[in-house]
Amino acid sequence: MGIELRKVSKQVGAETYIYETNLSLEKGGFNVLLGTALSGKTTLMRLMAGLEPPTTGELWFDGENVTGVPVQKRSVAMVYQQFINYPNFSVFDNIASPLRVARIPAGELRQRVERIAELLRLTPMLQRFPNELSGGQQQRTALARALVKNAPLVLLDEPLANLDYKLREELRDELPKLFKGTGATVVYATSEPLEALMLAGNTATLHEGRVTQYGPTAKIYRTPNTLLSAQVFSDPPINTANVNKKGDTFHLTDAVSWRVPNGFAGLGDGSYTMGIRPHHLTLGTAPKNAVKVCATVLVAEISGSESVVHVNVEGNNWVSESHGVHPYKVGDSVELFISVERCLYFGSDGQLLTG
Amino acid sequence: MIEKTANKKAWLFVTPVVALVAFNALIPLMTVVNYSVQETFGDNVFFWEGVKWFEQVLNSERFHESFLRQMAFTGMILVIQVPLGIAVALTMPRKGPWVSVCLVLMALPLLIPWNVVGAMWNIFALPDAGLLGRMINGLGIDYNFTQQPVAAWLTTVVMDVWHWTSLVVLLAYAGLRSIPDAYYQAAKIDGASAWAVFRHIQLPKMKHVLTIAILLRFMDSFMIYTEPFVLTGGGPGNTTTFLSIDLVKIALGQFDLGPAAAMSLIYFLVVLLVCWVFYTLMMRSEKQ
Repeated sequence: MGIELRKVSKQVGAETYIYETNLSLEKGGFNVLLGTALSGKTTLMRLMAGLEPPTTGELWFDGENVTGVPVQKRSVAMVYQQFINYPNFSVFDNIASPLRVARIPAGELRQRVERIAELLRLTPMLQRFPNELSGGQQQRTALARALVKNAPLVLLDEPLANLDYKLREELRDELPKLFKGTGATVVYATSEPLEALMLAGNTATLHEGRVTQYGPTAKIYRTPNTLLSAQVFSDPPINTANVNKKGDTFHLTDAVSWRVPNGFAGLGDGSYTMGIRPHHLTLGTAPKNAVKVCATVLVAEISGSESVVHVNVEGNNWVSESHGVHPYKVGDSVELFISVERCLYFGSDGQLLTG
Repeated sequence: MIEKTANKKAWLFVTPVVALVAFNALIPLMTVVNYSVQETFGDNVFFWEGVKWFEQVLNSERFHESFLRQMAFTGMILVIQVPLGIAVALTMPRKGPWVSVCLVLMALPLLIPWNVVGAMWNIFALPDAGLLGRMINGLGIDYNFTQQPVAAWLTTVVMDVWHWTSLVVLLAYAGLRSIPDAYYQAAKIDGASAWAVFRHIQLPKMKHVLTIAILLRFMDSFMIYTEPFVLTGGGPGNTTTFLSIDLVKIALGQFDLGPAAAMSLIYFLVVLLVCWVFYTLMMRSEKQ
């Protein structure tokens, strides 16, 4: 059940925003839509909300066909990247607004608003106005409005993107907990792979108007079905290179090769694309079962406890991410270790190869 | 730490501005102050009169009448133009090729000089030769703005509405355009009515530009001179003699420089006071 898109597509003028999509989001689950800007996250959400009718296909919600049912007739809550609150309503009235539209009696309304305010730590701010709140408080007010409604479908469109780092961490922690147990199907759009991982639940990766994969977040991260999904779901970007399979070895170059892992024995000889995430390329100390290559440093960045080093390996520009602060200089020759057992292999059609 | 150093060279850059402001604001203003407290019979001979002219102006029936006339006119202008401007702005398209067409059409009246507007409407509304005047009379309504006070008032107000509502429209439209789409979506999801969207989203979001629009329209209409002067010359009788027309009559018609100077200062203070009160009120309501 939950929300189901059946062969849904969306065209605006000559442009296709969403290609034919089949997607079924589990009821009561926390679902992440992951994709870069313009990948169609917002359009997909607007379709789910009923803010826009799909060009083709059907939208089902809890076993009911809701295609073309306008948003007012359905119970949907939505939170945006911008902090959207009624500017001349106090926080209390803002949270109460969906209940007032639904004509909830005053006593119950007060109770529900206060309970939600408590949950979101807004109780001291109830009498204030949105422009007197910090960004985090404004967004929590908007979230409270979405929560208080008890809508079975909650859409969160990059709700943390406009918050500063600290607040983002805090709210990101709270969000899945807030919706847990409400029974609401939550859809959360984000452009940050790390955010998707932290939110857990299920993830759908989007690329240029197509859903490339949907499933449990951790599983998608570990085994992306295509190179595209792997690229969408990797930050820093996943490294790729052409490898040649000859017999029982994969060759990056003539000199650099490793044994084909078990299960790939049936694979024919030839050229494949390998993908490896930055933190499986290590500089300095060698991890177990790693293959050593020589590399030249192109750019070295230090992000706190991690060193992100862009290197050139046999003509491939790769990014490596390793623990600790390593002061590399541009142009340095370094030894890079590839944890080959973490490599993903893709066929010429971009599909993940499994043994 | 950045140390602040006294830089005397800065005066070099400020002096021209000070000189300019002194030349075009302070000196003329002080001349008026000078006239307002003295009597002169020409030849640059002055006699000290103290607050005599101020008392005379404030006690004169004539000033009271033109002041009330002015208030009534400005009140009507604001009551008509602000809601009308908002209404027009709301009906304008938000995107598409018609946006620029509408904007240009709206801006057109604003580009016409005051005296031309006055002359246009004078000819347009003439009961015997003007298109509008002939039409109204043709409908069987006796209309002659050069003789009937009510007709003169109506014509003046309609002319000003025609000339200046666009300003409110453009400002309100700018305010509306700055509201992110997400607000409308959120309201739609909440199931808010069109009235609720206007009352709780559009109006509060337009507050700042509307404050500016009201202030501008207040000041402009309160100091209006050219258009009614060209249209009616303050007549019939003195029924459309607004403050500035009256002021010019006293200063240049009767050459009563003392009372005229006192009156201009009072006039100036009234504008200043109203603007200050209005601005303070708006800012206070902003803070709630």
